[in-house]
Amino acid sequence: MARSKELVPGVGRFSRSQVAAKRGLWKGTKKSEKPAVEPTSETVEKTIGGDKNGGKRLVPTSKAPRFYSAEDVRQPKKSRKTAKPPQLRSSITPGTVLILLAGRFRGKRVVFLKQLESGLLLVSGPYKVNGVPLRRVNQAYVIATSTIVNLEGIKLSEEINDAYFAKSSSKGAKSAEEEFFEDGNPKEKEPFPASKAALQKEVDSSLITAIKKTENLAKYLKSSWGLSKGQYPHQMVF
Amino acid sequence: MVTDLDVDSTFKRFVEVGRVVLLKSGPYTGKIAVIAEIIDHKRAVIDGPTTSVPRQSYPYKHLTLTPLALTKLPRGSRSGAIKKQLEKEDTLTKWNNSEWAKKRAAVEKRRGLNDFARFSVMLEKKKRRDGVRKAVKASKA
Repeated sequence: MARSKELVPGVGRFSRSQVAAKRGLWKGTKKSEKPAVEPTSETVEKTIGGDKNGGKRLVPTSKAPRFYSAEDVRQPKKSRKTAKPPQLRSSITPGTVLILLAGRFRGKRVVFLKQLESGLLLVSGPYKVNGVPLRRVNQAYVIATSTIVNLEGIKLSEEINDAYFAKSSSKGAKSAEEEFFEDGNPKEKEPFPASKAALQKEVDSSLITAIKKTENLAKYLKSSWGLSKGQYPHQMVF
Repeated sequence: MVTDLDVDSTFKRFVEVGRVVLLKSGPYTGKIAVIAEIIDHKRAVIDGPTTSVPRQSYPYKHLTLTPLALTKLPRGSRSGAIKKQLEKEDTLTKWNNSEWAKKRAAVEKRRGLNDFARFSVMLEKKKRRDGVRKAVKASKA
């Protein structure tokens, strides 16, 4: 009853047939063999200094513990679960207009470009249209609309991946003083990296030409989304 | 079947055999059907062979009477006879051309719009408002 957790003593959660299905014996026994492991010798010969020590000695490779714990310590079971690769919601395809629901751009309508390896969605406002830059968002905090921008022929640079969005780590602890002030004056803001700005422009230029093909679409993306009286998102069509 | 009441009644729509009804709840919501037989003061047998509503008993609570009614329908008529009569009197087109049905269709259409279409409607309404405002101003001047 390993898979069928006991509800009460003698009664498992699953029926006999369910347990049988889970055990999957109908698939047959596994035939793969484990790769042969070369047996390591239990002892190693070591030279020992000192006249009366015989010169050499066989020393066990792994030392036995000096004492045993008085209490039995349970070994936690090894989990065989692995994280599944993130799945994209079926309503989201490249070019889908999304409504952001969280973060500083909540309420904005943006264009979905692609899903990154981490499972986060790469979106762009485009920046020129509504001020949302190339950005990663979680698909849980997004409403997918049925409006789709035709992204055919638009190439995304390979440069844009999860690492592109990672923050540069600063080494060592800085004092709050150092962080914000320089020579007694407030520090100047670091300018936005020119390469990133150029990349944004490159992505947006092709995106905007695609958007302009549909009337009012740019206006739509520029406007922000909200609910008014009597509107319930679960009853609405997006 | 128009009732031959001698007295002038303010009521115009009656629960009667041949009355066209609009279904308000259940899987056939929004479709019309015809009363084929009155069961009791709570239910009637309805049938909508032209609107794919199967013959069934239906509570009046979930029906709305329409001004339409078949002129001649014997009580307890089966689907075939009802269909024949409906087609003869062209009831479905009469219903579809009524303001009531048109309004319902319009509401249904608006409800089914997606986000972008809702936005486009908003823009059009703005445009219309602006046009009216300008015309009013021009006429006043």
